[in-house]
Amino acid sequence: MSTFSPGWTMAIEWMIIGITLILFAAISVIILVYVERKVAAFFQLRIGPNRVGPYGIFQTVADFIKLLMKEHITSKKADKFLFNLAPFIIVTAAFLGIGAIPFALGLHVFDINIGVFYLTAVSSVGVLGILLGGWAGNNKYSLIGALRSGAQIVSYELSITLSILTIVVLVGSLQLSEIIASQETGWWIIRGHLPAWIAFVIFLIAGTAETNRGPFDLAEAESELTAGFHTEYSGIKFAMFFLAEYLSLFIIASVGATVFLGGWLPFHIGTWAAFNNIMDYIPSIIWFFGKVAGLIGIIMWFKWTFPRLRIDQLLVLEWKYLLPINLVNLLLVSFIALMGWYF
Amino acid sequence: MEAVKENKDLKTQEYFVNMGPQHPSTHGVLRLMLGLDGEIITKVEPHIGYIHRSIEKMCEFDNYRQIVHLTDRMDYLSSHMNNEAVCLLIEDALEIEVSDRVKVIRTIFSELARLSSHQLWWAATGMDLGALTAFLYGFRDREMINDIFEETCGARLTMNYNIPGGVMFDLHPNFVQRVKDFIAHFKTKLPEYDELLTDNVIFRMRTEGIGVISKEDAISYGLSGPTARASGVECDLRKSHPYSAYDRVEFKEIILEDGDAFSRYKARLLEMWESMSIIEQLIDNIPEGDIEAPTKALIKLPKGEFYQRVETARGDFGVYVVSEGGKSPFRLKFRSPSFSNLFVLDHIAKGSKIADLVAMMATFDLVVPDIDR
Repeated sequence: MSTFSPGWTMAIEWMIIGITLILFAAISVIILVYVERKVAAFFQLRIGPNRVGPYGIFQTVADFIKLLMKEHITSKKADKFLFNLAPFIIVTAAFLGIGAIPFALGLHVFDINIGVFYLTAVSSVGVLGILLGGWAGNNKYSLIGALRSGAQIVSYELSITLSILTIVVLVGSLQLSEIIASQETGWWIIRGHLPAWIAFVIFLIAGTAETNRGPFDLAEAESELTAGFHTEYSGIKFAMFFLAEYLSLFIIASVGATVFLGGWLPFHIGTWAAFNNIMDYIPSIIWFFGKVAGLIGIIMWFKWTFPRLRIDQLLVLEWKYLLPINLVNLLLVSFIALMGWYF
Repeated sequence: MEAVKENKDLKTQEYFVNMGPQHPSTHGVLRLMLGLDGEIITKVEPHIGYIHRSIEKMCEFDNYRQIVHLTDRMDYLSSHMNNEAVCLLIEDALEIEVSDRVKVIRTIFSELARLSSHQLWWAATGMDLGALTAFLYGFRDREMINDIFEETCGARLTMNYNIPGGVMFDLHPNFVQRVKDFIAHFKTKLPEYDELLTDNVIFRMRTEGIGVISKEDAISYGLSGPTARASGVECDLRKSHPYSAYDRVEFKEIILEDGDAFSRYKARLLEMWESMSIIEQLIDNIPEGDIEAPTKALIKLPKGEFYQRVETARGDFGVYVVSEGGKSPFRLKFRSPSFSNLFVLDHIAKGSKIADLVAMMATFDLVVPDIDR
């Protein structure tokens, strides 16, 4: 027995991939939290974290250690099983998405033929965790927050899916690698004319709502519901909600970068061979993370500039504006795709 | 909708939520009992008393000089104006003539305090409505005013600068220049406030038409200050009962008609411009003179009843003293603006959403220690 059997090899390979992904996710969340705090500080004329480590880069690490060591409190009248289950559901939902994202040329864990469908499906499981957590905590603020979040995510799920479908119609495939391959000659946001732009803007708005971030942070709504659906959570369980929020922010930005901005493909301009060559020298992973960082920056910009919407205004925005625009846009893009009017 | 109504098995139930005593948007230990039907508010019942320190009773055992310092602890953002009310009352009762210099200094300080209070209100309003960046913008500019206060009288918030008969210290030599610098600075920053919050679509949607108080309601609930003036009530005591140096400055009483959360917001922003104009008119020619009229160490008010009102940043602040001729008042009552302003909440919040309640409370500019005393 000098070699492993194929089954074992497979199992160990998946294990290594899984651990790598989880580690990657944890590290990227720690980085994102640090970046968010620095971005917020920049917007708010502050310095931000600057005590733990150079430029405060270990501040989030310290915070997470603090959260891990805190006492787990489950309130007396809570539904204990569901209360403890909810953070796991939401974190699992966030982790599931990571595997399907093409990080760079060849760095893609599983490239299934329904990649886009898979990502949207998995990301909507997270709302289950929010609803359960809000219900099980036996706190009225949590319940209001959870129900708000349910209404919000179910609504915005439509917009986000339809806006991605706009590009899927142009590509003719749900597979993420094919969506990227189809942008070899130019990103869809450039080639797709107006419909792609409309879809991109709607994607950004709906994506912000999907991740429960300001101005759509109604589920949390600090000044109304104290902490919304996670009012009753403390310690590591709260950390899990936190983790899931930033992970879903990363996933939304990744999907946006992949579908609209060419994923890991470099930026090319038509026939400028020299310019295109230079762009090709930049590794694909840097292209991907650069685009993701740009999108995350925009979403953070929203949060630190806009006031929060009210629940009815939020739903009006979705059902009366975004959804009809989206449907018309989808018709328009289907027509364009049929006539071959994109380049 | 019909189908839903016919289904007799599905019943909804009203429920109660305690908003407070610890809640981010009650700005202190105020408890609101909300009756809720889903997100819709059916009832708001303010429960107060969590920070009651019986200041009025304490005043009955303190001498008049000490009472001045107790008023700081009510509306801590208008502490200077509260002090001024008590000092004016004592000066009025004892017929002490304060110098012009004191009058002008008091007016400038009052307006600076009003500016700083409104800046903090603006910052907190932004935060209540979810615009977290506004909070730090407000604090940046407020810091300059606090520094000016600190330089002259050593304190930043509860200043105790007024004493019966005058003010405690003379102005710091840098005072005039720093106030001028601040005004020049803030004139460029106030339009920024508009850019960040006033002209924001979401902010407009959250405040316009929310919590409308009619003129009649404003009068019958005894509202005062910018909250009442946004409903079209003329109630600025600086105009109608001028005290200190308000009779020698030109300024406009901000009267708006709509009475909704946005006009209450707008009224305070416009008031900041007026405050700056008042300071500008006075800062260049502060008259020379004594900073303190001679008074006895132990002040005794003659037998009788006295009342003095001033316009604080929140509205009409009144001090009512019944004196038996002793060194402390026989009875004392403060009329605090936040107390009256709070109780209109139930009347206007019915049928609106939780988020609207936050917007209404934010634009009332409540200070809880002022409600409870």
